[in-house]
Amino acid sequence: MSQDTHEAPLTTTAERLAVVGSVGAAPSGEWVIVTRGIKREYDMGGEVVRALRGLDLAVRRNEYVAIMGPSGSGKSTLMNIIGCLDTPNDGEYWLNGQLVSTMKDDELARVRNKEIGFVFQTFNLLPRATALHNVELPLVYAGVSASERKERAMDALEKVQLGSRVHHRPNELSGGQRQRVAIARALVNRPSILLADEPTGNLDSQTSEEIMKVFESLASSGQTVIMVTHEPDIAAHARRVVVLRDGQIASDERREQFTEKLGVSIGH
Amino acid sequence: MPIFEAVRLALATIRVQKLKSFFTLAGVCIGVMFLITVVSIIEGMGRYMKEDLVGKLIAVNSFELRRRPNINFGDSDPAIWEEYRRRPRLFQSDLFPVVEALPEGTRWAQESESSVSAQTRYARPRSTTAFGIDGDWFQIKKLGVTDGREFTAQELTQGENVVIIGPDLVDRAFPGVDPIGREIRVGGVPYRVIGITESRGSAFGISFDNFLIAPWRSPIRKQLNPNPQMIDAVIIQAPNQPAITESQERVRAVMRTRHKLRPGVKDDFSMETSASALEFWNKIEGYLLIAGVALPAIGLVVGAIVIMNIMLVAVAERTHEIGIRNALGAKRRDILAQFLVESATLSTVGAMLGIAMGIGLAQAIAAVTPLPASVAPWSIIVGVAVGMGVGIISGVYPASQASKLDPVVALRQE
Repeated sequence: MSQDTHEAPLTTTAERLAVVGSVGAAPSGEWVIVTRGIKREYDMGGEVVRALRGLDLAVRRNEYVAIMGPSGSGKSTLMNIIGCLDTPNDGEYWLNGQLVSTMKDDELARVRNKEIGFVFQTFNLLPRATALHNVELPLVYAGVSASERKERAMDALEKVQLGSRVHHRPNELSGGQRQRVAIARALVNRPSILLADEPTGNLDSQTSEEIMKVFESLASSGQTVIMVTHEPDIAAHARRVVVLRDGQIASDERREQFTEKLGVSIGH
Repeated sequence: MPIFEAVRLALATIRVQKLKSFFTLAGVCIGVMFLITVVSIIEGMGRYMKEDLVGKLIAVNSFELRRRPNINFGDSDPAIWEEYRRRPRLFQSDLFPVVEALPEGTRWAQESESSVSAQTRYARPRSTTAFGIDGDWFQIKKLGVTDGREFTAQELTQGENVVIIGPDLVDRAFPGVDPIGREIRVGGVPYRVIGITESRGSAFGISFDNFLIAPWRSPIRKQLNPNPQMIDAVIIQAPNQPAITESQERVRAVMRTRHKLRPGVKDDFSMETSASALEFWNKIEGYLLIAGVALPAIGLVVGAIVIMNIMLVAVAERTHEIGIRNALGAKRRDILAQFLVESATLSTVGAMLGIAMGIGLAQAIAAVTPLPASVAPWSIIVGVAVGMGVGIISGVYPASQASKLDPVVALRQE
C-alpha cells in the first residue's frame, strides 16, 4: 500500500494527554488540532442535550484520522466544532496555533476559508454553478483575483482528473465526479486540514473505493485528513481511528488495532 | 466578495428564473415607466413654454413696456384685473422719451395688435391678427421674410399701405395665387402684400402663423386701438442679459415721471421679460412634478414590497446554499452583500426596462396627442437611482435575515 512511501506520524494516547493537559498554552507547531475539555450543550425545547462532555483530542500535522461513533455520540457536533462552523460552550480548541474557541463569527469565517477544506456526504455543490465556479468559490471569499482564481481552480480540478469536465454543472456529473469536484474545492485554498463528513455515504462501494484512494494519496502527500464516518470499513482506511461514545472519546487506536478488534477485513 | 461577482451572480439568477424575475420586476418597472413618462411630458411642456410659446412671443434679452402683462397664465384675481383696467394707456408720444433714455446699442420697436377681418378677391373674409409696427421689429422678433421683402424705412415713416403676411394667410386669403403684389383689405382700406414671413410654428395645437403686419403709421392703426395715437407696447432689446436691468431702470424712471407717480406709488405699467412671463409656469411646473412623481411612487412602494417578499422567499429557498457559502468562508457581510446586490440588480434591471418603456410611452403620447414630450437626461439617472434605491431598501431585511443564519442550521437544511 501507498503508506510504504510516506509514513505519517501517529499520536499516542500518552502524547495526546500530555499536549491537551497544558491548558491555556498554545500547542507547538506540529499539532494542527488540539481540543481541551470541550463541551457543547444544546437546549432542545427545555431539555438540555449534552453532545460533547469535555472532549480531549490532539491531531498532528499529516495525520489521517477517522472519527467514528454511533448516532448521538457527538461526532457531528465535534465535526462542526473542528470545522469552525460551531464553537464549544466550554473548553479550548486550538487550530493550527490559533485559539478558535473564543473567535467571533467573522474570524471563524476567515479560519474556515483558510484552514479548512470541507467534503460533505451530499457533496454540497452549488447546483447552478459549473464545476469550475464551485471550485473557485473559496478563493472568491479569500479575495483572490479572477485570473489567479481560475488558474488555481483548473489546477485543483486536474489533480482530481476532472480537467475535461470543468464547465459541467453538478447535475451533469456522476456521484463520484461530484465528490471529486468537492475535494478539488476543499483543497483549492491549501487548507491545514481536509475535513470530510461521511464522504462516501452517498456513493456505491466501487466509487467509494475510488474516493478513498484519492484520500489515501492526499494523506500520503502530507495532507492532514480528518474523516467522520459511521462505516467501519471506511474508517479502516485511516491510519488512526477515534471512536466517540456519549460525547467523549471511547477509544483512540492505530488502524491495525482497530481492524483486529473488529475483525474487519480491508479489501485489496 | 467583490461587487462585480455579486452582480454577475444576480444576473445569472435573473437569467435562470426568467418568469419569476419578470413578476418581481413588474412593480418597479411600471412605477419607473410612469415616472419617466410623466416627467418627460412635464419637461416637454416646460420646454414648449420656454422655447416655443414665451420664447416666440418675447424675444431674447428683451422686455416689453406695456400697460399690463401680455402673457398671463391664471393670475385671475379680480382686484389685479381691476387695477390693470384703471392703468393709463401707452401713447406714441411715450416712445421718443423712452428711446432717448436707452443706453447705446439698445434696439427698440413699437407694436400694436388687434384681431381684424381681412378680405381679398380670392377668398371670403378671414379673421386674423393685425400688427402695426415701427422700429427694429423684425430684427428683435427674429422673424425672417422668406418671400418678397421687408418694409423700407420710407414705408415705415410715411405709413404706406403695404403689408407682410404670415404663412397661414397665404393659403387662407390667396388660395392658388401668389400673394406678392396683390391687394388685401382691412377695414375697407386696401393694402399691397410685399412679403411673406417664415413660420413661427404652433403651441398646443394653436398656430402662430395667422397674422399680417403693416407700418404703424399706415391707416391700420385706426383698426388697432380706439385712439389712433395709442400703442400697445414698446419692445426694448438690450445687447446682453445684464444690460436688461439697466435699461428697465431707465425706462421705469422715464415712465414714472411721465405718469407723475410719487415715490412709493406702484408702477402703473409693466415691463415684461420672458423670465417674468414664465414665473407662473415655473410655479405650476413644481406642483405638476410633485403630483407626477407622487403617483408613480405608489407603484414603486408596491414594487418594493414585492421585491422584499421575493427576496425573503429566495433566502428561504437558498438557505442550504447560504450554509455552503458559510462553510467555504463567506462572512456575514459577504452574504449580506450578495442578497443586497441581487435585490438591487433585480430592481435596477426593472428600472431600466421601465425607462425604456417610459420613453416609448412618452413618445407615443407625444405622437398621438397635442401634449409634447421631451425625455430629460436627469430623469433617466433618477430612474436608475430610484430602481437601485428601491432594490437596496427592500433587500435590507431579507439580506440581514440571510446573513444571520447559523451555518450549522443552514447546512442541515435541504
